[in-house]
This record gives sequence, structure tokens and C-alpha cells, in this order.
Amino acid sequence: MAEIRLENVTRAYGSVKALDNLSITVHDGSFLVLLGPTGAGKTTTLRMVAGLERPEQGQIFINNQNMDGKTAAQRNVAMVFQQYSLYPHLTVRENLAFPLKSPLLKTPADIIKGKVEEISEVLQISHKLDNKATALSGGEMQRVSIGRALVRDPSVYLMDEPLSSLDAKLRADLRIELKSIQSDRGATLLYVTHDQVEAMTMATHVGVLDEGKLVQIGSPREIYEDPVSIYAAGRLGQPRINILPADLFGTAPSGAKWIGLRSEHIIYTEGSDGTVTRVERLGDQTRLHMRFKGHDIVTVTDAHTSLKSGDTLAVAPSHPLFFDQSGKRISS
Amino acid sequence: MSYSANEPSSRTKWGAGTVVILYAIVTLMPLLWIVATGFKTSEDAIAYPPKVFFEPTAEGYVNLFTTRTRVNNEDLANLEPAKTWYEQLVRDRGQVIAGPSRYSERFLNSIIIGFGSTALCMLLGTAAAYAFSRFRVPLKDDLLFFILSTRMMPPIAVAIPIFLMFKNLGLSDTHLGMILLYTAVNLSLSVWLLKGFIDEIPVEYEEAALIDGYTRFQAFYKVVLPQAATGIASTAIFCLIFAWNEYAFAVLLTSGTAQTAPPFIPTIIGVGGKDWPAVAAGATLFLMPVMVFTIVLRKHLLRGITFGAVRK
Repeated sequence: MAEIRLENVTRAYGSVKALDNLSITVHDGSFLVLLGPTGAGKTTTLRMVAGLERPEQGQIFINNQNMDGKTAAQRNVAMVFQQYSLYPHLTVRENLAFPLKSPLLKTPADIIKGKVEEISEVLQISHKLDNKATALSGGEMQRVSIGRALVRDPSVYLMDEPLSSLDAKLRADLRIELKSIQSDRGATLLYVTHDQVEAMTMATHVGVLDEGKLVQIGSPREIYEDPVSIYAAGRLGQPRINILPADLFGTAPSGAKWIGLRSEHIIYTEGSDGTVTRVERLGDQTRLHMRFKGHDIVTVTDAHTSLKSGDTLAVAPSHPLFFDQSGKRISS
Repeated sequence: MSYSANEPSSRTKWGAGTVVILYAIVTLMPLLWIVATGFKTSEDAIAYPPKVFFEPTAEGYVNLFTTRTRVNNEDLANLEPAKTWYEQLVRDRGQVIAGPSRYSERFLNSIIIGFGSTALCMLLGTAAAYAFSRFRVPLKDDLLFFILSTRMMPPIAVAIPIFLMFKNLGLSDTHLGMILLYTAVNLSLSVWLLKGFIDEIPVEYEEAALIDGYTRFQAFYKVVLPQAATGIASTAIFCLIFAWNEYAFAVLLTSGTAQTAPPFIPTIIGVGGKDWPAVAAGATLFLMPVMVFTIVLRKHLLRGITFGAVRK
């Protein structure tokens, strides 16, 4: 496996900068998840690494080799597309064998057979191997598409929201499967998603992108507990972090404009009163929607809480994060 | 029996079926007439009222493939007995076979020129359509409009310039000249049709193939082409039908070596009276290749095979 390094990569589409002087390193064997809303440049980053797009400025290195002018085939990367992109005129087996048969690899037939069967076992599609690619459900197509990447032994794997179209159970299964395949192989994986559960559970590193710029990079824990800005803080956490005026709970550090409170960082035993406006029972936890001094707050509480809409409750912060006027974090 | 909500009722189906069959009968009438005339005698062919039931004869087909001379009865009686059934058939009409006609030669010309220009047209058309569909071509829209504009007048309107051009280039009455001409006329149609078909193939397939270790050309060949097969087949049928049936340019530009069947068939009329059965026989045989070609490619004309594997 290999390291991916982007240095000052810039790419614009017309007047919109998709990537703005982006530098990022994916270390050998790490699982980097890129987070950001649509248009943040996540997919463009993947396509740049894959060689489907060329940077206007900057360089991309894979395994310390400059990829300038190298075609997608020469880069030896495997990619899972958001759209499944299975070859519709081929069967599932032929789809999985397609990269192995490429002029690049020219794998012998018996090895292809073995590898295809092995990977279809892992992804639970063995029984569909002789189906046409079009005769599959969406989830099956996406598994074949993941299989087509995993069947190879490329320098890096690139995945563009590979689980987004699957149902919840399959997504949970494949999350674990993907993670264990990645760590078993020591694979370098660059992964795009906006599902924070995927980011939290699979990533060794999370990169937060905003309008083509890297806002923060670090372990999922770091990003969650120590975000550099409101924007980065908002990428992780379900329900979303509460952003309130800094002085709402009394004293605030100088320069602080906003206070950020994760839903679990609110204590109910002291402080001023808030009113419960809605109780959302999710089974394992219950979310409280509250009105507090004219602001909406969402918090979590005990699954079997007896609180109901209209009740009042004392609210106080426990691990507040402070941000300045521009949304930057202020260390407290 | 149960029907899905969007399936027409059986009454609608019967109604539609009846309309289709009636329409088919109307359009097939001239065709049936030609096929039947090919098997009639000259007398039956022009009989009035037309004969629906008649004794079939191969006379028309024999006349189509042979040239004959009329001989008087004495000379006919002195000849050795006829060796073949068709020689006998000709003698029964007071004639002897002088030699083969040029029909088979013209027919072969039609095949070479028709299929040759169709193949060339598909090759150039697919390449151009792919480029227009996938690459950033400077002045793309203008070029596409220019290509289309070549069809805004009937091709025969430029007959005289083409005639002179062919004469100067030594392309008159050559197979190559006719192949190039029909290709040029058909190319605008094939570029536009094929571009539409290729536009519908999502670019993700090629990108996937590029990443799977294939070059752009291999990706085109292995991934785009199989999916464009439907479009290529139907476009090929259009091109072949035009090149196959083309009459005006063939009359103008060919005579000796490269003459195709369409200008040849009417010349049969002039040989030994109005030989309608031979003309009909020539037309019937002339229909066959295009018919076979269309039937062979028929399954590709069914659309909707390639859709659904990319989430939109």
C-alpha cells in the first residue's frame, strides 16, 4: 500500500473553486474520511487522485511518485463510484473480473476465478455471480461495485459514498466489513461521505473540507472533541451541536461570541430553567427539544425519561466550546 | 386473468392489433404485387383484370440473368436438344440464350458499395459522435450544425459539381467514388443519431474502466461500443437503405464498371419488349439483402437493455 499526498492542489470550474490550494496527506495504511457538505470538494479530491481530473496547480504524489501526467490506469488505484457504474452488458462475474483482465494486470484465468469467488463470498453476492449486472437490486449493485475495487490489489482505494444507497442493516454490516478488510490488508483508503457514523466508526483520520479548503484533519475523536471552528464542530455529532450566544449561561472568555454545546454536554441539575417543547424517543436514547431563553436546544436524555412537552428543566453547560465572531475556536 | 394497472385491456390490444394488420396489408400490397409479377409470364403480368391466381413460371428470373436472341422455328428445330431446364424454357418462347446478363455483376456492385459505405459511415460516424459526445471540441455546436446543414438540401442538388469533381479526380464510375459519395451523404445522419445514443451512455462506465486499468481506447471498445450496439445497428440500417436504394447519383456517375442495381433494373425493360416479370424478379432479389440485414439486426433495435445500472 502507499501514501497519498496532495500539495497545494487547485482546481476551478468556471469561477467556482472546487479545490483551493488543498494540501493533505493520507498516510500509508490509514483510512481517511473526507467530510463536508455537497460542493466542499470531496469528490473532486477523489477524482484528482484517481486521475480522472487534472489539477490546475499543485501536485499529487502516490507512494512518493509524482502523478503529473499519469493516466488513471498507470496510477493503479481502485475506486468505488457513488453511482454504481457496473458494466450493464456484463454479468456480475465478468464485472468483478474486469479489472483483473485489464492489460495492466493480465491475471491468469484460474486466479481470477478464485479471487472473484473469494470477494463475492465476503460481500454475500456469490449466488448472483451469473446474473446480468442490471438484474440486481440497488444494494447488490453497490456491493458488486465495492467488490470490483476490492478484488484488486491497488496502491490505494478511493470510495465515493459507497454505502449511501444501501439500507440501514446492510450499511452497518458493510461498515464493519470494509473496516476489517482495510485493517487486515493495511490498505490506504480515501473515503468520501457525509454520514458521520461512517466517519466516526471507520476512519483513522477525518479531514473536514469547506469550499475546497482543508479546515481540520485529525482522528475522529479529535475532530469531535476539539474542533477548530463551528463549521468543523457541525460536521460530527448527532444531534447537531447546539450553537448559542456565548453569554447565555453567564461568563464567557473574552472575544467569545458563540458557545457550542454537544447534546451530551448539558446537565440538568443546575442553572436556569428551559422548557421542553418536544420529546423524541429513539429507543436507545431520547432527545429533548427545549426552548431556553429564546433559543432552541436539542439534548439527549435517559431512554425511559418521564419528561414530556411543557415540563421545565434546569439547563447548564458541562464541556462548552467557545468560538469567536468568525466561528474560530477560542481555547478556554 | 389479472392485468397490471398500466397494461392495456384485451379489447384495446385487439383493436390496436387489427389496425396494425390492416396497415401492414396496405403497405405490403405493392411488395406482394412485385413478388407475384416475378413469377408470371409476360402475358399474365399485363393481363386485365389482374390475375390473382396464375400458373407460376421462372421465366422472369431466367430472363433477368440472361440475354437472348429470337430465332425462327426452322433454326430452332435444327438445334441440339436443350441441356438445361432454363434453356428449354427460353426455346419454348422462340428464343435462344446468347449469354449471361449483367444483373449479378450489378447486384454485386450494389453489395460492395452499399455495405462498404455503411461500414465506413459507421466507423467515421461512431468516432466523430464519440468525440462530440465526450471531448471538449472547439466550436462543437457550430461543427455539429455544419454537419447537419449538409442535409438541408437534397443531395442531388449538387449533382453537377460532384459530377465534375468526380471526373477530375478520376472517381467517376469507380466503387471507391460511390462508397465515398454515399458515406458523405449519410455521415451527417449517422453522426447525429450516434451522438444521441452515446450521450445516453453515462460517462461513469468509461471512468470506471479507466480506473480498472484500461486505456481510453480500450474503454471505448470494451465498454462504450457494446452499449452503443443498439444505436449503431439502427443507424447502420438507415445508412444501408439509403445507399442501397440510391438511384439518381448512380445513374449520373456510373455506367460500366461500378453501376449498381437500381439504374440497371429499368434497362431490362428495353430489351426485347416490356419484360415486366424480369423487372419484378430483379426488384424482388434486390430487396433481399436489406431485408436480411434488417432481420439480423432486429434484436438490437429493441431499446432499454442497457438502462438501470447507474443510479441517476
